[in-house]
Amino acid sequence: MKKNIIWRFVLIGITVVLAIVFFLPNMPLFQYMPEWWKNTMPNKGITLGLDLQGGVHLVFEVEGDRAVEITTERIAQSLKDMLGRKKLTAEVSRNGLLITVSPNSMEVRKAVEESYPILTPTETGTKLVYKLSDREAERIKDNAANQALETIRNRIDQFGVAEPTIHRQAANEIVVQLPGIKDPKRAIEIIGKTAQLEFKMVDDSSPVAAEIPASVRAGEEDVLLAKFSGKIPADDEILFERVVNRETGEVTKRPVLLKKQTMMTGDLLTEAKVNIDQRFNEPYVSLTFNAAGAKLFEEITGANVKKRMAIILDGTVYSAPVIQERISGGNAQITGRFSMDEARDLAIVLRAGALPAPIKMLQNVTVGPSLGSDSIEAGKRAGIIGTILVVVFMIVYYRLSGVIADFALLLNIILLLGAMASLNATLTMPGIAGIILAIGMAVDSNVLMFERIRDELKAGKTPRASVDSGYDKAFWTIFDSHVTTLITAAVLFQFGTGPIKGFAVTLSLGVAINLFTALVGTKSTFDLLNSRQEVKKLSI
Amino acid sequence: MLELVKDTKINFLGKRKFAFIFSGILSLVGIFTIVQIANGKANLGIDFAGGTAIQLKFEKPINLHEVRKALEDGGIRDFDLQDLPAVQKILIREKKTVQQLGQVSDTITGIISQKFPDNKYVVDSTTLIGPKVGGKLRQDAAQAIVLATLGILIYIAIRFKFDFAVGATVATFHDVLAVLAIFFLLGREINLILVTALLTIAGYSLTDTVVVFDRIRENLRTRLKEPVETVMNSSINEVLSRTIITSLTVLITSFALFLFGGEVIHDFSLAMILGVIIGTYSSIFVASPIVLLWRKKRPFAKK
Repeated sequence: MKKNIIWRFVLIGITVVLAIVFFLPNMPLFQYMPEWWKNTMPNKGITLGLDLQGGVHLVFEVEGDRAVEITTERIAQSLKDMLGRKKLTAEVSRNGLLITVSPNSMEVRKAVEESYPILTPTETGTKLVYKLSDREAERIKDNAANQALETIRNRIDQFGVAEPTIHRQAANEIVVQLPGIKDPKRAIEIIGKTAQLEFKMVDDSSPVAAEIPASVRAGEEDVLLAKFSGKIPADDEILFERVVNRETGEVTKRPVLLKKQTMMTGDLLTEAKVNIDQRFNEPYVSLTFNAAGAKLFEEITGANVKKRMAIILDGTVYSAPVIQERISGGNAQITGRFSMDEARDLAIVLRAGALPAPIKMLQNVTVGPSLGSDSIEAGKRAGIIGTILVVVFMIVYYRLSGVIADFALLLNIILLLGAMASLNATLTMPGIAGIILAIGMAVDSNVLMFERIRDELKAGKTPRASVDSGYDKAFWTIFDSHVTTLITAAVLFQFGTGPIKGFAVTLSLGVAINLFTALVGTKSTFDLLNSRQEVKKLSI
Repeated sequence: MLELVKDTKINFLGKRKFAFIFSGILSLVGIFTIVQIANGKANLGIDFAGGTAIQLKFEKPINLHEVRKALEDGGIRDFDLQDLPAVQKILIREKKTVQQLGQVSDTITGIISQKFPDNKYVVDSTTLIGPKVGGKLRQDAAQAIVLATLGILIYIAIRFKFDFAVGATVATFHDVLAVLAIFFLLGREINLILVTALLTIAGYSLTDTVVVFDRIRENLRTRLKEPVETVMNSSINEVLSRTIITSLTVLITSFALFLFGGEVIHDFSLAMILGVIIGTYSSIFVASPIVLLWRKKRPFAKK
């Protein structure tokens, strides 16, 4: 026997052993392996994609423009204060992303532009119109996306999901993947809530306050807002409180006239937790402020005794109690007829902090666990039936040579699974399809060789010469067809989303490994057969 | 020796007129489909069009008409219903999302729970795609198709002489267009997974073409005195069995996927089956005649 053939079989043997070692974590046998093996040998194997194990894939867009708008509003406020301190009389207003200062005078313009170099003038006629410089706006948007990512990560951690994947994609998109999650809807609500907590004073002194109805039906908020849009003072706004009738469960909206100015926000919180109200046996969320927050809260309540202060979350009034006395100690509470889960989720989002800007859901792919396991079962069945049919066909058509081709096919499957496991690749449903297709394509190489060998035998060559020249002649045909498949797989990998990437991975690995098994595996077996003695007749 | 096809002497190239008419029509329908897709008129999947898809698995068999009526009564408009009666599943797709993303699926499950209280169900999957993502995926798919074809073209141009490269390229385009056309004619959904299948077909359909071309090339070198058409015809006959068998093995696995692989990759497997059949046909009836015509016109082209 030629040395060279032995070495080729040793090479094949080593790759098979390696493949099995890598794939072992995916086999039931792995749990019976000794501890040292589990700790030192590959222990991750192939992971299942979201489409196979169930879970959610979410894509959110951070509304960066809103973050810029919020910053613009803050600058407008401090600009107003600055002009006041310098005793300069000018009207300051903000509209969207623009700050208007009028009238335009040299002094005002100098003061504004010296204090706020990040503002760029867009209009310098009778009035001054500013906006944030493009660079600053970009910085804010980038920051907002980063902060949103951190906040979402925090919230998911506190909600408790095993192995979440959370990352940024493009400039302003955040991808969240939660495998195996039981209650996707709740998770989505927790992620999506802006959780902007604000404290604002109720404006009971305005004559308009008396005109506002006590409640409107849900859905008719806009009608009321339109009716009062011209009437309410410039510094005021109307927000709504959600009121649930304890007996009938009917939901109505109570309009509240508020001062626009935010007295305090949720960023001074240190703790938010769920407590139970003894009177109604209802959960509420109690808030604890940090030292600065406690001091500010004490000042605000002290200055506004007997007035009403509204607690607002994401633009909805939760309650508007009358301040009875100066409140020290830095505690407040949010009540609002929560269920236990709602209260717990609210506490999570308040603890994890507010999102710097609202986020919008762009994509949500949720796969239930039953569909995932159905898919795995279907994939296994299709794979086994397909393989058996191909194996049988090859033996019937090419006899002993077919057995050799089937040996190469088996080698192909083992190496493919091993290669995927060694890369910790993710298996998706299209990925399973890729494996099964690769099985069909794998025997193609052998068919091409066998047909060539038949040609050579017909031409009167000896079996050994036929095998050698058959291989040589079929080689480029096989190579060409593999390369074109690899080109498309590479493109699919580049452009595909999760499941399709999985297809590209299995197909390209399958095709690449097929070159090895066909050219090394099958050929070596033929050489082995031919090396013993001169074979008179080839079973092909 | 078991042989499926034995020493055939079929005049393949003589039938090229019929083949050209048949393939021409299919390709035109394929091009028409692309135009329809560009105009947003084809049956685009929600991954391209944006919208909501929900798959529900019921405990008991469910009547599709009743579901349709319940949803219409519930104010859902512009939806498609599809059922998989064998597994008691229904698929609801809503494309014109006016409500905020996420609300449609709640509305739909709400209606179903209310109207069919004694037939419990589980939500197998929900997919919500915003219009912006749909647009991006459409763009990505178009880019992927262009890039993959370019890659294949460049490879063929390197490996083959010009006339063969033209034949192989036309055949590849033909295969992709034909499968797309058949999907369009069947009213099947055009989605990401179909694009994946089309690209796979483009990569694979060359296998047969390469097999046929290799033999033609070889025979043209040795049988210089015979007319080109005769040499080509006998080359195709010589490799007919391997052309059919290589396709057959992939067809076997594609059929296994189609019949047993579950609903997720049903359309994918259908596209693969069509693609493999058409790819085999086109190597013989499209790619080869084009090479022949090219040779006839330019008898002194470089050899």
